[in-house]
Amino acid sequence: MRHVIGVLVENEFGVLSRISGLFSGRGFNIESLTVAETDDPAVSRMTIVTLGDDQIVEQITKQLNKLINVIKVINFTETDHVTRGLMLVKVSVEGSKRLEVLKLIEVFRARVIDMAAKSAIIEITGNEMKLKAFLDVLAPYGIKEVNSTGVVAMNREAKVRSRHTIKVA
Amino acid sequence: MKKTGAQIVLQSLQIEGVKAVFGYPGGAVINLYDELPNYELKHYLVRHEQAAVHAADGYARATGEVGVALVTSGPGATNTVTGLATAYMDSIPVVVFTGQVPTALIGNDAFQEADIVGITRPCTKHNYLVKNVRDLPRIIKEAFHIARSGRPGPVLIDLPKDVLVDTTIFEYPEAVSLRGYSPTYEGHPGQLRKAVRALLKAKRPVFYVGGGAILSNAAEIITEVAIRLQIPVTTTLMGLGAFPETHALALGMLGMHGTYRANMAVTECDVLVAIGARFDDRVTGRIDEFAPDAKIIHVDIDPTSISKNVKVHIPIVGDVHDVMDKMMVAVNEMSEEAQQFAASHDEWLAKVAKWKEMHKLGYIQEEVIKPQYVVEKICELTRGLEPIISTEVGQNQMWAAQFYEYTKPRTWLSSGGLGTMGYGFPAALGAQVAFPDRLVIDIAGDGSIQMNIQELATAVQYQLPVKIIILNNGYLGMVRQWQELFFRKHYSATEMSAVPDFVKLAEAYGAVGLRATHPREVESTLKKAFSIDKPVLVDFVVAGEENVYPMVPAGQPISKMLLV
Repeated sequence: MRHVIGVLVENEFGVLSRISGLFSGRGFNIESLTVAETDDPAVSRMTIVTLGDDQIVEQITKQLNKLINVIKVINFTETDHVTRGLMLVKVSVEGSKRLEVLKLIEVFRARVIDMAAKSAIIEITGNEMKLKAFLDVLAPYGIKEVNSTGVVAMNREAKVRSRHTIKVA
Repeated sequence: MKKTGAQIVLQSLQIEGVKAVFGYPGGAVINLYDELPNYELKHYLVRHEQAAVHAADGYARATGEVGVALVTSGPGATNTVTGLATAYMDSIPVVVFTGQVPTALIGNDAFQEADIVGITRPCTKHNYLVKNVRDLPRIIKEAFHIARSGRPGPVLIDLPKDVLVDTTIFEYPEAVSLRGYSPTYEGHPGQLRKAVRALLKAKRPVFYVGGGAILSNAAEIITEVAIRLQIPVTTTLMGLGAFPETHALALGMLGMHGTYRANMAVTECDVLVAIGARFDDRVTGRIDEFAPDAKIIHVDIDPTSISKNVKVHIPIVGDVHDVMDKMMVAVNEMSEEAQQFAASHDEWLAKVAKWKEMHKLGYIQEEVIKPQYVVEKICELTRGLEPIISTEVGQNQMWAAQFYEYTKPRTWLSSGGLGTMGYGFPAALGAQVAFPDRLVIDIAGDGSIQMNIQELATAVQYQLPVKIIILNNGYLGMVRQWQELFFRKHYSATEMSAVPDFVKLAEAYGAVGLRATHPREVESTLKKAFSIDKPVLVDFVVAGEENVYPMVPAGQPISKMLLV
């Protein structure tokens, strides 16, 4: 099963390699990994997407917790959470296809950030399902390049979660 | 007053209570060595940096205190890797200081530069590159704290040359603040109650005690609980000494070369209490047939050890000493049930006693010396002396584990997890430094002793009267045994056809060399060796193709032992 794991770490040199080394050394898989400073410059947040059965994921979270520089580990998959990734796609837009592609962009609430004679760069954010769906519909037009950030995640606030809350995901 | 980085390191070591440092100088740490004589630290110059870490490790295992090693950059640092990995696998508190090229040159492939922090990341509990002398006191404080707390382990501090020269106002921190690190010492009371209830319902209980019991100084309380509740106790290789093997409830070691009674008892028990043990593959054999009918209670300070290899029914994360103390309290509170329980499993104890009489550890003494006989004689001659026994790795290690009866913790030093040949002799030197008046014996093979034999010079220089007992069979015996049993006696690369004359070698170093070739010389030679107050190497020429039994072939359940 796919798990999204958030890791709060001390913002020090070498922390990223401690974490990636833990995954490679123990044969755990990393599907994507993002890392950036939080509002507290002494702390960074990593979001790791990994694959594994319950026992493996339990080991992953325990092993992460064991690292001295790791402050907190959250397995988002066990909670109500949202995920987002950002993706840039360079797609062919020759001739009459241009309008079709622009229409699709609108439907997906994506944005054109560069338009050239034969291709366009499109920016889209969303959860992985949406990003994948977007690539699927663009595929027939000719995708030239894809670059995506990997996933970031956040828990929904428990207190405001009620049956009246509208999920905007 | 401002101090240099070098002075800060040495003064911090003093504050931490360090008395001995094992090391080897070099360009990057020359400033540190320049200051060294001004401090109340005894430095032991080893002959290879690997030995410095093993000696610090042996010192730590024998005393329970943090062992310290100091080496230079580049090759000095890379030579510590095996020592660090050894200490890491066995959770031994060691702090290793390595020199590093000046910060401005890091990354430039400078002379004697190695990215030792990168290299040792997977084999240290934590490591540091000090970039500013102002961070140095805090880092040293943290390093000692991390090394000795929680599940102990080695910590490395990399010291660039300019950091050792730079100055700052020295203030050693009182406390550490590490927000990502706070080991759980106290076992959860609810889990503990559950465990005691399950235990007192057992009909066939067994305690399975590992190195964690030694590390948390819990041997006494474990022994008390086991005797009170009449529970048979097996120890792992790392747990030897946690329970007196002379006691009727002792099952001896379990696992690949465990005793018949220990492996049978674990296979048939209905409640298995794992205490500071980690279900290593050499212990469990085929995992799905390990203690198949047992409810498993697991006490360990490291949450990652729990349910890593074997599914655990009642985990208790906490310090073994604390948890066993509380278990004793709970038992006292339930004294009637405890009394009933202790008397209720006579049948099980009778069965265990019967196993004890079956397939006893043994050998047939012939015209040549049997290696087991030598170990048995050592045990006999040192009874009551509580010597510290270290071992190398292989057959010598297994015979030393099987044929010596350990009764006290911290009297057994052996590389269990990593299985490092060349560990025993430098570890014995470390233990001898800690306990100058005790008898320290390294039980070795002719193969492993050659991996750190250069330390004879260290032993002679500091007059550390370690006794090296070589069980010389002319083979890399354990590999040869596997080749005999599983590879059609195809002895590929295991015959040591050129073995040095160990007696002459010892003498060349300035130590005493002795040799025995006939069984009747064993006792007198050992007595002589033990009576000499100098480093002594004894070359026992033993049977070439003796095997370690019982043996569980790799991948088999531990109840399927080869017995002869």
